[in-house]
Amino acid sequence: MSLNFFDLLGQLPGALSQGLIWGILAIGVFITYEILNIADLTVDGSFCLGGAVCVVLILNGFSVEISLLFAFFAGLTAGLITGIFHTLCGISAILAGILTQLGLWSVNLAIMGRANQSINVNNFRLLVSLRYLQEVQNGDLPFYWSPILVISIFCVAIIALLYWFFGTQLGCSIRATGANINMARAQGINTNYNKILGLMISNAMVALSGGLLSQYQGFADINMGRGAIVIGLAAVIVGEVIFGRIFRNFALRLFGVVTGAVIYYTVIQTVLWMKLNPNYLKLLTALIVVLFLAFPHLKAKIASISVYRKGASARA
Amino acid sequence: MLEIRNITKVFNKNTVNEKTALKKLSLSLEDGEFITVIGGNGSGKSTMLNAIAGVFPVDEGRVVIDGVDVTRLPEHKRAAYIGRVFQDPMMGTAAKMGIEENLALAFRRGQRRSLAWGITKSEREHYCNVLEDLGLGLEQRLTSKVGLLSGGQRQALTLLMATLKKPKLLLLDEHTAALDPKTAAKVLEITESLIKRDKLSTLMVTHNMKDAIALGSRLIMLYDGRIVIDLKGEEKENLTVEKLLKMFGSISGSDEADDKLLLS
Repeated sequence: MSLNFFDLLGQLPGALSQGLIWGILAIGVFITYEILNIADLTVDGSFCLGGAVCVVLILNGFSVEISLLFAFFAGLTAGLITGIFHTLCGISAILAGILTQLGLWSVNLAIMGRANQSINVNNFRLLVSLRYLQEVQNGDLPFYWSPILVISIFCVAIIALLYWFFGTQLGCSIRATGANINMARAQGINTNYNKILGLMISNAMVALSGGLLSQYQGFADINMGRGAIVIGLAAVIVGEVIFGRIFRNFALRLFGVVTGAVIYYTVIQTVLWMKLNPNYLKLLTALIVVLFLAFPHLKAKIASISVYRKGASARA
Repeated sequence: MLEIRNITKVFNKNTVNEKTALKKLSLSLEDGEFITVIGGNGSGKSTMLNAIAGVFPVDEGRVVIDGVDVTRLPEHKRAAYIGRVFQDPMMGTAAKMGIEENLALAFRRGQRRSLAWGITKSEREHYCNVLEDLGLGLEQRLTSKVGLLSGGQRQALTLLMATLKKPKLLLLDEHTAALDPKTAAKVLEITESLIKRDKLSTLMVTHNMKDAIALGSRLIMLYDGRIVIDLKGEEKENLTVEKLLKMFGSISGSDEADDKLLLS
């Protein structure tokens, strides 16, 4: 069992383009987790929803752009449903997300008609595809077909748009809703409306990401969203831990989150290259997220223990 | 300006913990009147303020602000008329947002929030000016996160936010109780000057009898969900803590309540 370093290098462009696609999902997770202060589990369902809608529409002769647009709207709707469950029906945010996610499982199966649908890259001009990545690398296609370039443009455009939106009066009121709900209400902000809006935008990003991934890998699968929320969280947390101290600006923080997703995927490629059984990937992801989430808590605890010890020794 | 008619609020209705916090309470507040509200723990002071602000619906009665019946309006809609400062300094501001962002949110209280940019240049100048009036040096730190400010600074900022867009009614819920005496005095001073400058109709709940007597044009005391003392004009001006306690003792019919009130 020998490890060929050039194999790893060869896989990096793939990791980069996948990481960037998941970066869009991570931006969606950032909106709920960091801005709205809600752990929204709709993500697993809406990611697959985006993929399913996109692939099925392309198969039915719609253009890639229109298909992605519909994936986006499907995500908006998924967020709307979770938002209504949470605000109007008074269901806790986590449970509301789980319920939508569960329901979406059936919806996604209904959209695809079966557990997976594939699109042949030979028959369609897709926006991004693993094949294009390889062909650009081989010199068979011009550079602007490269998924890395296309998705980077997507990311930059999304970051710019969200930077603008969250700087507007409406965007500020969404941020206030997540930052301090009592204050938001006292300042006349309709917090329910803002939560719904935030959930919609978040899930639209997630579905868009799902639509791009299904094109990239050439199929949509009912299981493609499984654990997506955890991957998104991993990207958000990695991004915030690494860049949190440097990046204060909102746009840069979003950039940090996308970079977090890329780092996450590079790490995954590396452990796969080290011949880790892929079955353990989700376990590894869960452990990474636990580690990063527990870190600040444990650090404070350890610090308080050492203070206590010092006090005890001073008394003795 | 404000009229409360026979409001009743029952918490935990039909359970063993049922508590009637407000009992057919009525109060009317003239335009520009500044009422201080005192009362022991559980007398219904905060409940009254929250009922006015719409934090929860009342079981009976009506709340009318400036001729508009707001009884059925949700909290965020009533906010168009009401400026509020809470006891907890953390509650009135968003820690993760900048000073100017917090002010900008308050500046649009009661207005539709559009897709226009959150803070304009002229607004920023305006915020700078009003912060300067506070005299805390916050105008130098417009973009600082509010989480970095002290409790007193945050409370002063909350006051500013509550009055930035002139409210028809200002509700102060023990807003100096969580501060150290010196900071509390400073915040109270700012409170008084803002109320005087804008002639704000105000309800200020306080635990401090001296403050209650020294400030405002009218004083009410709540006991068991009712207004038991209501003084204004000369009566209010000649009031002392001793007199107030004696009055309260004769109304509640026990001396024990005095200690409770003092200690609370």
